[in-house]
Amino acid sequence: MTERPVAGLKVIVDMNLCESHGQCVFAAPQVFAFDEDDILVYEPNPDVSQYKKVAAAAAACPVRAIRVEHGTEGDAPADGPESSR
Amino acid sequence: MNTQAMRVVVVGASLAGLNTVRALRDEGHTGPITLVGEEPYGPYDRPPLSKEFLTSDAGHESLSLADTSALGLTELYGRRALHLEPRERTVHLDDGHVVPYDGLVIATGAGARSWPAPRPAAGVHTIRTLDDATALRHDLRGARRRILVVGGGFIGSEAAATVRELGHDVLLAHQGPAPLHRPMGEDAAFFVAELHRAAGVSLLSFATLTALHGQQRVTSVTLNDTHRVGADTAVLALGATPCTEWLTHSGLQLDRGLVTDAHARAVGADGRPHHRVVGAGDVTRFPHPHTARLLSLGHWSHAVEQARTAARTLLNPYAPAVYRPVASFWSSQYGVRFRAVGLPMEADRARTLELDLERRRLEVAYYRDGRLVGAVTANRAGRIAQYREQLADDLTAMASA
Repeated sequence: MTERPVAGLKVIVDMNLCESHGQCVFAAPQVFAFDEDDILVYEPNPDVSQYKKVAAAAAACPVRAIRVEHGTEGDAPADGPESSR
Repeated sequence: MNTQAMRVVVVGASLAGLNTVRALRDEGHTGPITLVGEEPYGPYDRPPLSKEFLTSDAGHESLSLADTSALGLTELYGRRALHLEPRERTVHLDDGHVVPYDGLVIATGAGARSWPAPRPAAGVHTIRTLDDATALRHDLRGARRRILVVGGGFIGSEAAATVRELGHDVLLAHQGPAPLHRPMGEDAAFFVAELHRAAGVSLLSFATLTALHGQQRVTSVTLNDTHRVGADTAVLALGATPCTEWLTHSGLQLDRGLVTDAHARAVGADGRPHHRVVGAGDVTRFPHPHTARLLSLGHWSHAVEQARTAARTLLNPYAPAVYRPVASFWSSQYGVRFRAVGLPMEADRARTLELDLERRRLEVAYYRDGRLVGAVTANRAGRIAQYREQLADDLTAMASA
């Protein structure tokens, strides 16, 4: 049996774009937070139960720095909410 | 009627207009959508216009909010809505077009308050549209000059900071005791004033513009009827007025904006909401549990979130969505990042938890009748989420009470 991607969520933030607006922290506080210097820290592989919140976070980002990939078993990473825009 | 076949017309190719369209498509609406915009551009991002757009050479494409081609729209740009016939369900455009609708989204935003008296032909600017900012940017090129900024709101304060960073001499004239005093209160305004002073911007408090002078180009202005100040360029940031002129005879309730209910529906003169006419963004005034008056918000997130409500309400007229937002807004000046939630302007008391000029950090909480209504931080983004959560919980509790 060949190796397949594990089902789950992948969150990618372009830190060159991020301006720490915090909209993602509001939308998905279990995934996004700030450190003491206002730099965004986040869980790159959150639990799938966070999908809706993470998608809302991506949609709320004013600089569109967040990409979400919803990988399902056997599939290539599926389109995140960004790609339908 | 079947909402899938509904013809939707969105007036305003704005952030709110675009996000209504997106939400309609996300919610599965496949019917025709027409997006009408007065400016010759598709939806673009306005916050950079008073900031990095002024210091860059980037073209208008850099501000584009979306590739609209995937949304399946009829896009009519460079055309202004002249009036609305709600009985016939048509929007009349300035090129003679009459656009019929089954569902209408009013997202015409707000315009820069204009100067009502005569003014010189050149050197006087407002900052609202891409063309405004492009013209100002052109005027700011080259050698050091005297730039007067009038207005102590966010646009005025941000513009003063940006122009100063370009190396010009800047005088910021504003009506209150300090810039941003009205939206953020005393301590936050003091903090902002200190940022300006440290950067070498001159501040003139309690100043009202009373005249602009110059034959062709502005040469000076008069403040408070008597105080004459020389200027090579004047930036007028006198506030925004909602674009509702085209709705004057529509029968919709107008009160310094389009009055919408908690479901983003336009309210008729008889006080009853329209089921097929919704509003979103800067143009609306709407009820909010944290204030007794109707609220108008010029914030980015308000435009996005009210648009979502408007779309859902349009598609589900018998189970309309509710708009009860925790407001959220931000500003950037001299690299200091301001983050705010709630309605600080509604407060009767402010509590300052941190004001550190050296590290350029600020945290202020705002209360009304002892209840938290908002918070502002500067370079303390990590502190803002807790306030936002508290405000959200409070709104939820009020809704179920």
